[in-house]
Amino acid sequence: MEKFNKLNGHAIPLPIMNVDTDMIIPKQFLKTIKRTGLGQFLFFELRYDQNDKEISSFALNQDQYKGASILIAGKNFGCGSSREHAPWSISDYGIKCIIAPSYADIFYNNCFKNGILPIILDEKIVTKLQEASENTLNFSIDLEKQTISFVENNEQKEISFDIDAAKKNCLLEGLDDIALTLNKVSAINDFEDGQEKHTPWLYGNKI
Amino acid sequence: MTNKKTIYDKIWDSHIVSANEDGTTIIYIDRHLVHEVTSPQAFEGLRLSGRKVRRPESTLATADHNVPTKDREKGIADPDSKLQVETLEKNAKENDITYLPMSDKRQGIVHIVGPEQGFTQPGMTIVCGDSHTSTHGAFGALAWGIGTSEVEHTLATQTLIQTKAKNMCIKILGNVIPGVTAKDIVLAIIKKIGTAGGTGYVIEYTGEAIRNLSIEGRMTVCNMSIEAGARAGLISPDEKTFEYLKGRPMAPAEKDFDAAVKYWKSLATDDGADYDETVEIDAGEIIPQITWGTSPEDVVSIDGFVPDPKNETNPDKKKSIERSLDYMGLKANTPVNQIKVDKVFIGSCTNGRIEDLRAVAVIAKGRKVADTVHAMIVPGSGLVKEQAEKEGLDKIFIEAGFDWRDPGCSMCLAMNADKLKPQERCASTSNRNFEGRQGRGGRTHLMSPQMAAAAAITGTLTDFRDL
Repeated sequence: MEKFNKLNGHAIPLPIMNVDTDMIIPKQFLKTIKRTGLGQFLFFELRYDQNDKEISSFALNQDQYKGASILIAGKNFGCGSSREHAPWSISDYGIKCIIAPSYADIFYNNCFKNGILPIILDEKIVTKLQEASENTLNFSIDLEKQTISFVENNEQKEISFDIDAAKKNCLLEGLDDIALTLNKVSAINDFEDGQEKHTPWLYGNKI
Repeated sequence: MTNKKTIYDKIWDSHIVSANEDGTTIIYIDRHLVHEVTSPQAFEGLRLSGRKVRRPESTLATADHNVPTKDREKGIADPDSKLQVETLEKNAKENDITYLPMSDKRQGIVHIVGPEQGFTQPGMTIVCGDSHTSTHGAFGALAWGIGTSEVEHTLATQTLIQTKAKNMCIKILGNVIPGVTAKDIVLAIIKKIGTAGGTGYVIEYTGEAIRNLSIEGRMTVCNMSIEAGARAGLISPDEKTFEYLKGRPMAPAEKDFDAAVKYWKSLATDDGADYDETVEIDAGEIIPQITWGTSPEDVVSIDGFVPDPKNETNPDKKKSIERSLDYMGLKANTPVNQIKVDKVFIGSCTNGRIEDLRAVAVIAKGRKVADTVHAMIVPGSGLVKEQAEKEGLDKIFIEAGFDWRDPGCSMCLAMNADKLKPQERCASTSNRNFEGRQGRGGRTHLMSPQMAAAAAITGTLTDFRDL
């Protein structure tokens, strides 16, 4: 996985609460057997009308937000399905950081598996950042320092954020979870030996 | 600090492989269900890194999201769906994983197949690349939905890196009034705590009304835990659980069964165990519930009204209600029992079991589906279908004008050919009423099988008790 350390870019405001995974990537695009190429379908039904024409009022279709790498969303972002196609489509579109008051649990975890930084901030601060993003400001995100900085009205502003140390490290190092776990394969073997003695019916019984 | 543990604490503690230096825990995974949509990239990842499936015998695969529910003998028409299903079959074969193909009568929705086969058992950790894996919590298993990266991690290591969640107890006090189902209970819960109310928690459902539910009903409740934001929901196992499992193909047999029951009995939450949060709901206050909007928390009783955004003081919520009303094509303050429907969908991992179909048959018998409505019934598995046909339920459905289909996820998420057209309104026994969930522009009202059957008959959302 690619490492995440610093990010500079514009942000897209999406002030809707409970944005679900069907909104992020509708099911007709889940029939792929690849991880790539889903960015074009991100927020498909918010982005295109029923004749596949761009809906001009939607932020992703507005010139000022083209090339943005940050999404500033509403609370409970990513609720619904476990589909990793949601973070895949976000990352493939070019968004590497999301800022929201809260996330659904599975989506939040899926972000870290895909090099996306999901920042949690107080709802009032998120609303302010959404307003700031409408002026196409440049936001600098520093994961190591846990800060978001930007210049607004000639004033340098800095907001700090909290993040779980293990999750932070996973992004900073671009770690391969499976390789790390396989380093502890002897602990897995020991566990299975002990479990088979204690609850033998869990072993065998294939259909 | 007390030594008393909840069932979640007990299952967690008994599955710790290793505590990592960073505060996370490697948790052992006993069972893994695999379907065609969230697994191809995981198997590809294994191939690319030269890794093998650690324990194929603890994994069970079947195709459910993409499969057609009629004219199966013709195969899958959509080339992308077909490729996805064929890819699963190939991956299962290459990795020595048991795979139930579309032609096997045991095929069906993973969350119906697992319990049916006795694959799901109390005290287990169970995962699947599907958020409704919480269903298996009905057996007192710790079961949760994962993304594709974690599917790959499970296949390769039979473990996952986890952080322990908090304990929430939802206690349903007293018993429900007749006609109130498991679906009504869980909709009432989501209405009360909201779609983010369970975020960061594992929910344990307790109380007389939960104890009185059948295993099927308990699955309906646990299934929608994710709609309340909780990754997992579970119910301490009891005699009903053990009785359900006895004799199932993958359940422990003979002497093993007795030893297993002894172990399973030790799993229930200890008296006096602490929860981080407790929510109580009076069962007697619940009447049949439906959703009016585009979030599973948009719940109202069948004698209620579509909400008026004018009465909402929170500006975000107000905006959200306005957006939902617009999408749903509804006017504020409309009595919900005057809302007309075009389609009815009975099925899904929430309500596609035999008990659900029996309940529908009671209402369908001797009645006719309204001329204005197309109503389909999709059994959750081939075995549910076979049982329904053995009991003659199919004849009742067909006689009443229902469309009797083959098993799969179908119009719950509309990945196959079964979908709503724009602006079509559907009474559905599924679990999500999100915008576009059952087809672009489609409008979903969630409810119990009985309520969906009544809507099919009258063409309008109806309190089935009035029929």
